Amino acid sequence: MSFDVPTDRRYLESHEWTTTDGDSVRIGITDFAQDELGDVVFVELPAEGDDVTKEGEFGVVESIKAVSDLVSPVSGTVLAVNEDLFDAPELVNEDPYGEGWMIEIEPSSESEFDDLLSADEYREQIE
Amino acid sequence: MGLRKPPLHAIHADRDASFTEFGGWEMPVEFDSIRTEHAAVRESAGLFDVSHMGEIRVSGPDAAELMGRLTTNDVAELDPGDTQYACITDDEGIILDDTVVFRLADADGVPQYLFIPNAGHDTEMYTRWIEYRDEWDLDATVHNATEEWAMLALQGPDAPDLAAAATDGASRDIARFDAAFLDVAGVRCFTSRTGYTGEDGFEFLVPWDEAETVWSAFDCQPCGLGARDTLRLEMGFLLSGQDFDPEDEPRTPYEAGVGWTVDLDTEFVGRDALERVESEGVDERFRGVVLQQRGVPRHGYEVVDADGEHLGHLTSGTMSPTLGEPIGLGYLSTEQAPPGTRVRVLVRGEPKQANVVTPPFIDK
Repeated sequence: MSFDVPTDRRYLESHEWTTTDGDSVRIGITDFAQDELGDVVFVELPAEGDDVTKEGEFGVVESIKAVSDLVSPVSGTVLAVNEDLFDAPELVNEDPYGEGWMIEIEPSSESEFDDLLSADEYREQIE
Repeated sequence: MGLRKPPLHAIHADRDASFTEFGGWEMPVEFDSIRTEHAAVRESAGLFDVSHMGEIRVSGPDAAELMGRLTTNDVAELDPGDTQYACITDDEGIILDDTVVFRLADADGVPQYLFIPNAGHDTEMYTRWIEYRDEWDLDATVHNATEEWAMLALQGPDAPDLAAAATDGASRDIARFDAAFLDVAGVRCFTSRTGYTGEDGFEFLVPWDEAETVWSAFDCQPCGLGARDTLRLEMGFLLSGQDFDPEDEPRTPYEAGVGWTVDLDTEFVGRDALERVESEGVDERFRGVVLQQRGVPRHGYEVVDADGEHLGHLTSGTMSPTLGEPIGLGYLSTEQAPPGTRVRVLVRGEPKQANVVTPPFIDK
Protein backbone atom coordinates (compact mmCIF):
# COMPACT_ATOMS: atom_id res chain seq x y z
CA MET A 1 0.00 0.00 0.00
CA SER A 2 1.29 3.45 -0.82
CA PHE A 3 0.78 6.39 1.50
CA ASP A 4 0.59 10.09 0.81
CA VAL A 5 3.73 11.95 2.00
CA PRO A 6 3.47 15.61 0.88
CA THR A 7 6.80 17.30 0.17
CA ASP A 8 5.72 20.67 1.58
CA ARG A 9 6.20 19.60 5.20
CA ARG A 10 8.57 17.81 7.57
CA TYR A 11 8.10 14.76 9.73
CA LEU A 12 8.87 13.01 13.01
CA GLU A 13 9.72 9.32 13.21
CA SER A 14 6.65 8.95 15.42
CA HIS A 15 4.47 9.93 12.40
CA GLU A 16 3.59 13.55 13.12
CA TRP A 17 3.90 16.16 10.34
CA THR A 18 4.61 19.91 10.54
CA THR A 19 4.19 22.83 8.20
CA THR A 20 5.27 26.37 8.89
CA ASP A 21 4.44 29.79 7.47
CA GLY A 22 7.40 31.32 9.26
CA ASP A 23 5.50 32.48 12.36
CA SER A 24 3.56 29.41 13.38
CA VAL A 25 3.83 25.65 13.03
CA ARG A 26 0.86 23.43 12.28
CA ILE A 27 0.97 19.80 13.48
CA GLY A 28 -0.98 16.68 12.60
CA ILE A 29 -0.44 12.96 12.01
CA THR A 30 0.47 11.34 8.72
CA ASP A 31 -1.56 9.31 6.27
CA PHE A 32 0.44 6.24 7.32
CA ALA A 33 -0.36 6.88 11.01
CA GLN A 34 -4.10 7.30 10.47
CA ASP A 35 -4.15 4.10 8.40
CA GLU A 36 -2.29 2.18 11.10
CA LEU A 37 -4.67 3.44 13.79
CA GLY A 38 -7.85 2.71 11.87
CA ASP A 39 -11.12 4.50 12.68
CA VAL A 40 -10.19 7.48 14.87
CA VAL A 41 -12.85 8.02 17.54
CA PHE A 42 -11.29 10.43 20.02
CA VAL A 43 -8.64 13.14 20.10
CA GLU A 44 -7.33 14.83 23.24
CA LEU A 45 -5.42 18.07 22.63
CA PRO A 46 -3.84 20.78 24.80
CA ALA A 47 -5.51 24.15 25.38
CA GLU A 48 -4.51 27.42 23.74
CA GLY A 49 -1.66 28.99 25.70
CA ASP A 50 -0.23 25.66 26.89
CA ASP A 51 3.45 25.03 26.30
CA VAL A 52 4.68 21.99 24.43
CA THR A 53 8.21 20.66 24.23
CA LYS A 54 10.07 19.02 21.39
CA GLU A 55 9.45 15.27 21.47
CA GLY A 56 7.12 15.72 24.45
CA GLU A 57 3.58 14.37 24.45
CA PHE A 58 0.97 16.97 23.61
CA GLY A 59 -2.14 14.81 23.39
CA VAL A 60 -3.66 11.48 22.52
CA VAL A 61 -5.36 10.06 19.48
CA GLU A 62 -7.55 6.98 19.91
CA SER A 63 -9.01 4.68 17.33
CA ILE A 64 -11.55 1.94 17.99
CA LYS A 65 -8.70 -0.49 18.57
CA ALA A 66 -5.73 1.53 19.83
CA VAL A 67 -4.44 4.50 21.84
CA SER A 68 -1.49 6.53 20.61
CA ASP A 69 0.37 9.47 22.15
CA LEU A 70 0.88 12.58 20.06
CA VAL A 71 4.47 13.88 20.07
CA SER A 72 5.40 17.46 19.34
CA PRO A 73 8.04 17.98 16.65
CA VAL A 74 9.13 21.31 18.15
CA SER A 75 8.85 23.34 21.36
CA GLY A 76 6.57 26.32 21.71
CA THR A 77 3.23 27.72 22.84
CA VAL A 78 -0.12 26.53 21.54
CA LEU A 79 -1.77 29.22 19.41
CA ALA A 80 -4.76 27.26 18.11
CA VAL A 81 -6.45 23.91 18.54
CA ASN A 82 -8.58 22.20 15.88
CA GLU A 83 -11.78 21.94 17.90
CA ASP A 84 -13.60 20.38 14.93
CA LEU A 85 -11.87 17.13 15.87
CA PHE A 86 -13.76 16.95 19.16
CA ASP A 87 -17.05 16.43 17.34
CA ALA A 88 -15.65 14.86 14.18
CA PRO A 89 -12.49 12.88 15.01
CA GLU A 90 -12.96 10.98 11.74
CA LEU A 91 -11.48 14.05 9.97
CA VAL A 92 -8.10 12.63 10.97
CA ASN A 93 -8.81 9.59 8.77
CA GLU A 94 -10.49 11.49 5.98
CA ASP A 95 -8.03 14.37 5.57
CA PRO A 96 -4.94 13.91 7.77
CA TYR A 97 -2.95 16.71 6.10
CA GLY A 98 -5.85 19.17 5.81
CA GLU A 99 -9.03 19.28 7.91
CA GLY A 100 -7.53 16.73 10.27
CA TRP A 101 -4.74 19.05 11.53
CA MET A 102 -4.43 19.12 15.32
CA ILE A 103 -2.65 22.15 16.80
CA GLU A 104 -0.75 25.28 15.78
CA ILE A 105 2.09 26.49 17.92
CA GLU A 106 4.42 29.46 18.08
CA PRO A 107 7.84 27.78 18.01
CA SER A 108 10.40 28.86 20.57
CA SER A 109 13.39 27.81 18.49
CA GLU A 110 13.93 27.82 14.75
CA SER A 111 16.80 25.36 14.89
CA GLU A 112 14.62 22.50 16.18
CA PHE A 113 13.02 22.42 12.78
CA ASP A 114 16.29 21.34 11.18
CA ASP A 115 16.27 17.97 12.97
CA LEU A 116 12.98 16.88 11.38
CA LEU A 117 12.78 14.37 8.54
CA SER A 118 12.26 15.41 4.95
CA ALA A 119 9.43 13.80 3.00
CA ASP A 120 11.93 11.46 1.32
CA GLU A 121 13.49 10.46 4.62
CA TYR A 122 10.08 9.82 6.17
CA ARG A 123 8.90 7.84 3.15
CA GLU A 124 11.98 5.64 3.48
CA GLN A 125 11.03 4.92 7.09
CA ILE A 126 7.50 3.74 6.34
CA GLU A 127 8.22 1.75 3.18
CA MET B 1 8.05 -20.93 17.53
CA GLY B 2 6.51 -19.13 14.55
CA LEU B 3 2.92 -18.01 14.49
CA ARG B 4 0.28 -20.45 13.26
CA LYS B 5 -1.53 -19.29 10.16
CA PRO B 6 -5.05 -20.05 8.93
CA PRO B 7 -5.32 -21.73 5.50
CA LEU B 8 -6.77 -18.50 4.05
CA HIS B 9 -3.82 -16.36 5.17
CA ALA B 10 -2.56 -15.72 1.62
CA ILE B 11 -6.10 -14.95 0.42
CA HIS B 12 -6.47 -12.35 3.16
CA ALA B 13 -3.04 -10.86 2.40
CA ASP B 14 -4.00 -10.50 -1.28
CA ARG B 15 -7.09 -8.64 -0.11
CA ASP B 16 -4.78 -6.21 1.79
CA ALA B 17 -5.99 -7.27 5.22
CA SER B 18 -3.93 -6.13 8.18
CA PHE B 19 -2.96 -8.89 10.59
CA THR B 20 -2.53 -9.29 14.32
CA GLU B 21 -1.18 -11.97 16.62
CA PHE B 22 -3.89 -13.61 18.69
CA GLY B 23 -3.38 -16.72 20.80
CA GLY B 24 -0.29 -17.69 18.80
CA TRP B 25 -2.03 -17.23 15.44
CA GLU B 26 -1.53 -14.56 12.80
CA MET B 27 -5.09 -13.54 11.97
CA PRO B 28 -6.71 -10.78 9.91
CA VAL B 29 -7.70 -7.91 12.21
CA GLU B 30 -9.12 -5.54 9.59
CA PHE B 31 -9.99 -5.72 5.90
CA ASP B 32 -11.54 -2.30 5.22
CA SER B 33 -12.30 -0.57 8.49
CA ILE B 34 -13.66 -1.81 11.79
CA ARG B 35 -16.57 0.61 11.49
CA THR B 36 -17.49 -0.65 7.99
CA GLU B 37 -17.16 -4.30 8.97
CA HIS B 38 -19.07 -3.83 12.20
CA ALA B 39 -21.94 -2.06 10.39
CA ALA B 40 -22.09 -4.81 7.76
CA VAL B 41 -22.69 -7.43 10.45
CA ARG B 42 -25.33 -5.36 12.23
CA GLU B 43 -27.13 -4.32 9.03
CA SER B 44 -26.50 -7.01 6.38
CA ALA B 45 -23.83 -9.69 6.73
CA GLY B 46 -20.13 -10.20 7.37
CA LEU B 47 -17.81 -13.19 7.01
CA PHE B 48 -15.05 -13.92 9.55
CA ASP B 49 -12.13 -16.30 9.41
CA VAL B 50 -11.98 -17.71 12.93
CA SER B 51 -9.72 -20.65 12.15
CA HIS B 52 -7.67 -19.82 15.24
CA MET B 53 -10.42 -21.40 17.35
CA GLY B 54 -9.59 -24.95 18.45
CA GLU B 55 -11.47 -28.15 17.71
CA ILE B 56 -11.23 -31.16 20.04
CA ARG B 57 -13.19 -34.29 19.26
CA VAL B 58 -14.09 -36.70 22.06
CA SER B 59 -15.66 -40.08 21.32
CA GLY B 60 -16.10 -43.47 22.91
CA PRO B 61 -18.30 -45.24 25.46
CA ASP B 62 -17.22 -42.85 28.26
CA ALA B 63 -17.13 -39.67 26.13
CA ALA B 64 -20.18 -38.19 27.86
CA GLU B 65 -18.71 -38.79 31.29
CA LEU B 66 -15.36 -37.25 30.34
CA MET B 67 -17.05 -34.19 28.81
CA GLY B 68 -19.41 -33.88 31.77
CA ARG B 69 -16.64 -34.02 34.37
CA LEU B 70 -14.51 -31.41 32.62
CA THR B 71 -17.16 -28.83 31.71
CA THR B 72 -19.53 -26.93 34.01
CA ASN B 73 -22.78 -27.46 32.13
CA ASP B 74 -24.92 -30.61 31.90
CA VAL B 75 -23.71 -32.54 28.86
CA ALA B 76 -26.47 -35.12 29.42
CA GLU B 77 -28.97 -32.55 28.15
CA LEU B 78 -27.46 -32.70 24.67
CA ASP B 79 -29.04 -34.75 21.90
CA PRO B 80 -27.16 -35.25 18.63
CA GLY B 81 -27.14 -31.88 16.81
CA ASP B 82 -27.42 -29.81 20.01
CA THR B 83 -24.89 -27.23 21.19
CA GLN B 84 -24.17 -25.94 24.67
CA TYR B 85 -22.10 -23.07 26.08
CA ALA B 86 -19.98 -24.11 29.06
CA CYS B 87 -16.94 -23.18 31.10
CA ILE B 88 -13.89 -25.28 31.89
CA THR B 89 -12.77 -24.60 35.46
CA ASP B 90 -9.91 -25.63 37.72
CA ASP B 91 -10.29 -27.11 41.22
CA GLU B 92 -10.90 -23.63 42.62
CA GLY B 93 -13.68 -22.91 40.15
CA ILE B 94 -11.55 -20.45 38.17
CA ILE B 95 -12.38 -20.28 34.45
CA LEU B 96 -9.60 -21.79 32.35
CA ASP B 97 -11.58 -21.43 29.14
CA ASP B 98 -15.09 -21.01 27.84
CA THR B 99 -16.31 -23.20 25.05
CA VAL B 100 -19.17 -24.45 22.92
CA VAL B 101 -19.82 -28.18 23.18
CA PHE B 102 -21.47 -29.95 20.24
CA ARG B 103 -22.96 -33.41 20.42
CA LEU B 104 -22.37 -35.11 17.09
CA ALA B 105 -24.34 -38.04 15.70
CA ASP B 106 -23.41 -41.30 17.41
CA ALA B 107 -20.94 -43.46 15.53
CA ASP B 108 -22.03 -47.11 15.72
CA GLY B 109 -23.97 -46.31 18.86
CA VAL B 110 -21.00 -44.61 20.48
CA PRO B 111 -21.44 -40.94 21.48
CA GLN B 112 -19.21 -38.25 19.96
CA TYR B 113 -18.63 -34.68 21.06
CA LEU B 114 -16.75 -31.76 19.66
CA PHE B 115 -15.77 -28.70 21.65
CA ILE B 116 -14.19 -25.43 20.63
CA PRO B 117 -11.42 -24.11 22.89
CA ASN B 118 -10.30 -20.52 22.43
CA ALA B 119 -7.33 -19.57 20.28
CA GLY B 120 -4.11 -21.05 21.59
CA HIS B 121 -5.84 -23.25 24.18
CA ASP B 122 -6.24 -26.36 22.02
CA THR B 123 -3.04 -28.09 23.12
CA GLU B 124 -3.66 -27.27 26.78
CA MET B 125 -7.23 -28.57 26.63
CA TYR B 126 -6.24 -31.67 24.67
CA THR B 127 -3.64 -32.47 27.34
CA ARG B 128 -6.13 -31.78 30.12
CA TRP B 129 -8.65 -34.17 28.60
CA ILE B 130 -6.06 -36.91 28.08
CA GLU B 131 -4.64 -36.60 31.60
CA TYR B 132 -8.03 -36.70 33.31
CA ARG B 133 -9.20 -39.53 31.06
CA ASP B 134 -6.21 -41.60 32.16
CA GLU B 135 -6.55 -40.61 35.81
CA TRP B 136 -10.22 -41.59 35.84
CA ASP B 137 -9.60 -44.64 33.67
CA LEU B 138 -12.31 -43.73 31.16
CA ASP B 139 -12.78 -45.28 27.73
CA ALA B 140 -12.70 -42.27 25.39
CA THR B 141 -10.66 -41.14 22.42
CA VAL B 142 -9.53 -37.50 22.37
CA HIS B 143 -8.34 -35.94 19.13
CA ASN B 144 -7.05 -32.40 18.53
CA ALA B 145 -8.42 -31.49 15.07
CA THR B 146 -7.54 -27.79 15.24
CA GLU B 147 -5.36 -27.83 12.13
CA GLU B 148 -7.69 -30.11 10.19
CA TRP B 149 -10.63 -27.70 10.23
CA ALA B 150 -10.81 -24.09 9.21
CA MET B 151 -13.63 -22.17 10.89
CA LEU B 152 -15.67 -19.46 9.21
CA ALA B 153 -18.44 -17.37 10.78
CA LEU B 154 -21.17 -15.83 8.65
CA GLN B 155 -23.05 -13.30 10.77
CA GLY B 156 -25.79 -10.73 10.32
CA PRO B 157 -29.45 -10.37 9.39
CA ASP B 158 -28.76 -11.47 5.79
CA ALA B 159 -26.78 -14.54 6.91
CA PRO B 160 -29.75 -16.96 6.73
CA ASP B 161 -30.40 -16.09 3.06
CA LEU B 162 -26.71 -16.26 2.14
CA ALA B 163 -26.32 -19.59 3.92
CA ALA B 164 -29.47 -20.97 2.28
CA ALA B 165 -28.17 -20.01 -1.17
CA ALA B 166 -24.88 -21.82 -0.53
CA THR B 167 -26.53 -24.96 0.88
CA ASP B 168 -29.51 -25.39 -1.48
CA GLY B 169 -31.74 -24.31 1.36
CA ALA B 170 -30.56 -26.99 3.77
CA SER B 171 -29.29 -24.46 6.32
CA ARG B 172 -32.88 -23.30 6.89
CA ASP B 173 -33.54 -26.56 8.75
CA ILE B 174 -30.96 -25.69 11.40
CA ALA B 175 -32.55 -23.96 14.40
CA ARG B 176 -30.64 -21.45 16.58
CA PHE B 177 -27.87 -23.24 18.54
CA ASP B 178 -28.31 -26.48 16.58
CA ALA B 179 -25.81 -28.03 14.19
CA ALA B 180 -25.54 -30.55 11.35
CA PHE B 181 -23.22 -31.66 8.56
CA LEU B 182 -24.22 -29.84 5.33
CA ASP B 183 -22.78 -29.35 1.86
CA VAL B 184 -21.74 -25.70 1.64
CA ALA B 185 -20.79 -24.77 -1.94
CA GLY B 186 -20.28 -28.48 -2.46
CA VAL B 187 -17.97 -28.89 0.56
CA ARG B 188 -19.09 -31.06 3.46
CA CYS B 189 -19.03 -28.74 6.49
CA PHE B 190 -20.09 -29.05 10.07
CA THR B 191 -22.56 -26.16 10.23
CA SER B 192 -23.99 -24.64 13.41
CA ARG B 193 -26.38 -21.77 13.84
CA THR B 194 -24.14 -20.04 16.34
CA GLY B 195 -21.83 -17.05 16.55
CA TYR B 196 -20.38 -14.45 18.86
CA THR B 197 -21.76 -11.18 17.51
CA GLY B 198 -25.33 -11.09 18.80
CA GLU B 199 -26.66 -11.54 15.27
CA ASP B 200 -28.28 -14.52 13.63
CA GLY B 201 -25.68 -16.49 11.72
CA PHE B 202 -23.76 -19.65 11.11
CA GLU B 203 -20.37 -21.08 11.89
CA PHE B 204 -18.82 -23.55 9.49
CA LEU B 205 -16.11 -26.06 10.24
CA VAL B 206 -14.51 -26.59 6.85
CA PRO B 207 -11.85 -29.13 5.88
CA TRP B 208 -8.57 -27.17 6.03
CA ASP B 209 -7.77 -27.52 2.31
CA GLU B 210 -11.24 -26.50 1.16
CA ALA B 211 -11.54 -23.29 3.14
CA GLU B 212 -11.16 -21.08 0.06
CA THR B 213 -14.14 -22.66 -1.71
CA VAL B 214 -16.42 -21.96 1.23
CA TRP B 215 -14.96 -18.50 1.93
CA SER B 216 -15.58 -17.52 -1.71
CA ALA B 217 -19.14 -18.83 -1.68
CA PHE B 218 -20.44 -15.85 0.30
CA ASP B 219 -20.70 -12.45 -1.37
CA CYS B 220 -20.51 -10.21 1.67
CA GLN B 221 -18.14 -8.03 3.68
CA PRO B 222 -15.00 -9.84 4.91
CA CYS B 223 -14.45 -8.98 8.56
CA GLY B 224 -11.45 -9.16 10.86
CA LEU B 225 -10.95 -9.74 14.55
CA GLY B 226 -11.24 -5.98 15.19
CA ALA B 227 -14.92 -5.94 14.27
CA ARG B 228 -15.46 -9.27 16.02
CA ASP B 229 -14.18 -7.60 19.20
CA THR B 230 -16.44 -4.53 18.96
CA LEU B 231 -19.45 -6.73 18.13
CA ARG B 232 -18.92 -9.10 21.08
CA LEU B 233 -18.20 -6.15 23.36
CA GLU B 234 -21.55 -4.52 22.54
CA MET B 235 -23.17 -7.81 23.55
CA GLY B 236 -21.16 -8.10 26.77
CA PHE B 237 -19.65 -11.43 25.67
CA LEU B 238 -16.43 -12.48 27.38
CA LEU B 239 -13.08 -12.43 25.60
CA SER B 240 -10.72 -15.15 26.79
CA GLY B 241 -7.36 -13.85 27.95
CA GLN B 242 -8.77 -10.40 28.56
CA ASP B 243 -12.09 -10.59 30.46
CA PHE B 244 -10.94 -13.76 32.16
CA ASP B 245 -7.54 -15.38 32.40
CA PRO B 246 -6.38 -17.88 35.01
CA GLU B 247 -3.14 -15.93 35.51
CA ASP B 248 -3.98 -12.25 35.00
CA GLU B 249 -7.74 -12.13 35.63
CA PRO B 250 -8.75 -15.25 37.60
CA ARG B 251 -12.55 -15.32 37.78
CA THR B 252 -15.29 -17.82 38.56
CA PRO B 253 -18.27 -18.15 36.21
CA TYR B 254 -20.41 -16.37 38.83
CA GLU B 255 -18.16 -13.32 38.84
CA ALA B 256 -17.95 -13.38 35.04
CA GLY B 257 -21.72 -13.28 34.62
CA VAL B 258 -21.95 -16.77 33.17
CA GLY B 259 -23.13 -18.57 36.29
CA TRP B 260 -25.95 -19.96 34.14
CA THR B 261 -23.42 -22.30 32.51
CA VAL B 262 -22.83 -23.97 35.88
CA ASP B 263 -25.00 -26.98 36.72
CA LEU B 264 -24.27 -27.87 40.34
CA ASP B 265 -26.37 -31.03 39.97
CA THR B 266 -23.53 -32.51 37.94
CA GLU B 267 -20.05 -33.58 39.06
CA PHE B 268 -17.16 -31.70 37.46
CA VAL B 269 -13.74 -30.31 38.33
CA GLY B 270 -14.31 -27.15 40.35
CA ARG B 271 -17.90 -28.02 41.33
CA ASP B 272 -17.41 -27.96 45.11
CA ALA B 273 -15.58 -24.64 45.00
CA LEU B 274 -18.32 -23.18 42.82
CA GLU B 275 -21.03 -24.42 45.16
CA ARG B 276 -19.36 -22.42 47.94
CA VAL B 277 -19.07 -19.35 45.72
CA GLU B 278 -22.70 -19.66 44.70
CA SER B 279 -23.91 -19.81 48.30
CA GLU B 280 -21.58 -17.09 49.62
CA GLY B 281 -22.03 -14.70 46.70
CA VAL B 282 -19.30 -12.75 44.91
CA ASP B 283 -17.57 -9.51 45.86
CA GLU B 284 -17.20 -8.34 42.26
CA ARG B 285 -19.30 -8.92 39.18
CA PHE B 286 -18.86 -8.44 35.45
CA ARG B 287 -20.69 -5.22 34.54
CA GLY B 288 -20.89 -2.67 31.79
CA VAL B 289 -20.11 1.03 32.00
CA VAL B 290 -21.15 3.81 29.63
CA LEU B 291 -19.03 6.94 29.80
CA GLN B 292 -20.95 10.21 30.04
CA GLN B 293 -17.92 12.32 29.16
CA ARG B 294 -15.49 12.33 26.24
CA GLY B 295 -12.93 9.53 26.33
CA VAL B 296 -12.59 5.86 25.56
CA PRO B 297 -12.64 3.22 28.30
CA ARG B 298 -9.92 0.58 27.92
CA HIS B 299 -8.59 -2.62 29.46
CA GLY B 300 -6.91 -1.94 32.80
CA TYR B 301 -8.61 1.38 33.64
CA GLU B 302 -9.62 1.76 37.29
CA VAL B 303 -13.19 2.55 38.34
CA VAL B 304 -13.74 4.67 41.45
CA ASP B 305 -16.59 6.43 43.26
CA ALA B 306 -17.06 10.20 43.58
CA ASP B 307 -14.58 10.23 46.49
CA GLY B 308 -11.96 8.34 44.52
CA GLU B 309 -12.52 5.05 46.39
CA HIS B 310 -11.70 1.95 44.34
CA LEU B 311 -14.75 0.12 42.96
CA GLY B 312 -13.16 -2.15 40.37
CA HIS B 313 -11.47 -2.11 36.99
CA LEU B 314 -12.23 -2.55 33.31
CA THR B 315 -11.14 -5.52 31.24
CA SER B 316 -12.45 -4.37 27.82
CA GLY B 317 -13.64 -1.15 26.24
CA THR B 318 -14.05 0.82 23.07
CA MET B 319 -16.17 3.39 21.30
CA SER B 320 -19.30 1.44 20.35
CA PRO B 321 -19.72 1.70 16.57
CA THR B 322 -23.46 1.04 16.86
CA LEU B 323 -24.20 3.48 19.68
CA GLY B 324 -21.46 6.03 19.08
CA GLU B 325 -20.88 5.92 22.84
CA PRO B 326 -17.83 4.87 24.88
CA ILE B 327 -18.58 1.50 26.51
CA GLY B 328 -16.58 -0.75 28.77
CA LEU B 329 -16.78 -4.10 30.56
CA GLY B 330 -15.14 -5.04 33.80
CA TYR B 331 -15.39 -6.24 37.37
CA LEU B 332 -17.08 -3.91 39.85
CA SER B 333 -17.99 -4.19 43.51
CA THR B 334 -21.26 -6.11 43.76
CA GLU B 335 -22.37 -4.09 46.76
CA GLN B 336 -21.11 -0.61 45.90
CA ALA B 337 -21.57 -0.50 42.14
CA PRO B 338 -24.76 -2.29 41.10
CA PRO B 339 -26.39 -1.31 37.78
CA GLY B 340 -27.58 2.29 37.91
CA THR B 341 -24.66 3.51 40.02
CA ARG B 342 -22.81 6.62 38.87
CA VAL B 343 -19.08 5.97 38.92
CA ARG B 344 -15.85 7.47 37.60
CA VAL B 345 -13.56 5.72 35.15
CA LEU B 346 -9.96 6.87 35.39
CA VAL B 347 -9.08 7.52 31.74
CA ARG B 348 -5.31 7.93 31.84
CA GLY B 349 -5.71 9.18 35.40
CA GLU B 350 -8.55 11.59 34.61
CA PRO B 351 -11.89 10.74 36.30
CA LYS B 352 -14.69 10.54 33.73
CA GLN B 353 -18.32 10.13 34.75
CA ALA B 354 -19.93 6.86 33.80
CA ASN B 355 -23.03 4.82 34.53
CA VAL B 356 -22.99 1.16 35.51
CA VAL B 357 -25.25 -1.00 33.35
CA THR B 358 -26.03 -4.66 32.84
CA PRO B 359 -24.77 -5.83 29.44
CA PRO B 360 -25.68 -6.18 26.63
CA PHE B 361 -25.38 -2.55 25.58
CA ILE B 362 -27.62 -3.07 22.56
CA ASP B 363 -30.98 -4.77 22.29
CA LYS B 364 -30.56 -8.06 20.41
